Amino acid sequence: MIITTQKPLEEILNYLRPYRKIFIIGCGTCATECQTGGEKQVQEMKEKLEKEGFEVVGTGMIESPCDERLTRKFIRAQRKNGRALDDAEAVLVLACGAGVQVVAELLDKPVFPGLNTHFIGKVERIGRFYERCRACGECVLGETGGICPVTQCAKGLLNGPCGGMADGKCEVGGWTRPCAWVLIYERLKAMGRLDLFKKFRPPRDYSRKAGPGEVVWR
Amino acid sequence: MGGVFSTLMRKIKNGEFVITGEIEPEKTTNIGEILEAAAKLKGYVVAVNITDNPQGFAYMSGLLPSFLIQEVVGLEVIYQVTCRDRNRLAIFSDLLAAGSVGIRNILALTGDHVVLGDVPQGKPVFDLDAAQLVWMIRRMVDEGVDPAGNPIDNPPKFHVGVAANPNANPLEPEILKLERKVSVGAEFVQTQVVYDIEVAKRFLDDVSYLKVPIIIGICPLKSVKMAKWLDEKCPGISIPKDLMEELIRAKERGGKQAIWEVNIEYFGDFIRELRRTTRAAGVHVMAVGMEELIPPIIERAGLVKEAIDWRTYIVNKISKVILPQK
Repeated sequence: MIITTQKPLEEILNYLRPYRKIFIIGCGTCATECQTGGEKQVQEMKEKLEKEGFEVVGTGMIESPCDERLTRKFIRAQRKNGRALDDAEAVLVLACGAGVQVVAELLDKPVFPGLNTHFIGKVERIGRFYERCRACGECVLGETGGICPVTQCAKGLLNGPCGGMADGKCEVGGWTRPCAWVLIYERLKAMGRLDLFKKFRPPRDYSRKAGPGEVVWR
Repeated sequence: MGGVFSTLMRKIKNGEFVITGEIEPEKTTNIGEILEAAAKLKGYVVAVNITDNPQGFAYMSGLLPSFLIQEVVGLEVIYQVTCRDRNRLAIFSDLLAAGSVGIRNILALTGDHVVLGDVPQGKPVFDLDAAQLVWMIRRMVDEGVDPAGNPIDNPPKFHVGVAANPNANPLEPEILKLERKVSVGAEFVQTQVVYDIEVAKRFLDDVSYLKVPIIIGICPLKSVKMAKWLDEKCPGISIPKDLMEELIRAKERGGKQAIWEVNIEYFGDFIRELRRTTRAAGVHVMAVGMEELIPPIIERAGLVKEAIDWRTYIVNKISKVILPQK
């Protein structure tokens, strides 16, 4: 899940101030799950903007705005059914940064984000989200007992724990959170795989991560 | 691995019990004060560690002080390198510079996180970790290549050490991590501060299978306040009850002088016992700002100071050549 939170209303209003007619787009996947860009939040945003004197000419949900095919389909359907999207002077998208960018790529008008995108994470319950993946492209979970050191170790170390560990806790945050490498140690020990713990992992190859990521296999 | 490039390593290999000290360049351009602090240790320590932004504080780089301490003070250094502030290119460049001016000992550290320091807004680097830094240095020295495998003209000669924490809880992952660092070529270990000699002895036994020289870290206690702070606020460090009580009694009895006497006695005996009863390769004395404690502690430990009669001369030389005009 891509974890998002809503931007402060004041920041959104600052973006939109030069415009009057606004179209709001929500996301039917991650932002709905996070309760930041679902149908309910789109409706609430509409009311807030109207209260501030904007004219909300239309709203709509895209199942996954990050999927260009679905966003194209949405835009086509909007244009078939009416002029709301074309009448809008600006579009506010309640989706992660990927969703906002796909909408911006496909529309020839100002597109603004309504959310801040935080991380790929676990939903424990609404209001409790925890980062679990840095999308590093070289998954080591198979060697670390299913616990990601790149994400969960504050330094992203491949050969931990570091000297900042005390009583199984991490120096970052004042020894309140567990040290990822102690968790990895305990897990691997229980699995009888301390050989994996002792293994040296050489430095990562960041040349593969140079520039924006691309996965093209067809 | 082959060859002995430093006095520290030569003494360790000869089985001599080594004393190392520590110098901390701070947020200053007063290089002269740093050299004076180093001069106070000359003759008492084999080599002195030069810290690299300890606790993530933004201080003077250790490279230039390391060079000057060797050249002007005539004291061998252990140049500390952390992975917090520089990526592999920057560290590699600094290491080439270090190697070019005769720095021969490196202590490879991961480094405290940036948020622990005094410029917490900075971006933490950690392109490498301590084990990977050891790996990179070994490749520089043994194979004469940079981290990507490109050849170095006239590769540097370094001995590389690492840190370990005998107080770690749980201890097993700490020991396995040390094993990992030794497996990639760490040649000596300097430990975090230990106050309880039993902790040091247990650790030395636990890691004896690694067959790597272990230098036990100690840090004198300037005051009861410092002792209590370490005991209560520093996770993983505890001050033995007897020592704490002695310090409190000393404070009531005779203030600073009495506290220093407790330190001299406690750490002098601590070193003496380590030397006589364990396999410890030596002791690393972290006495930043308490340099004058080192001579009496070492004397109490029964170790002999090397004859250096020209200390005053060096300090004079430093003040003429290096001290900025005020």
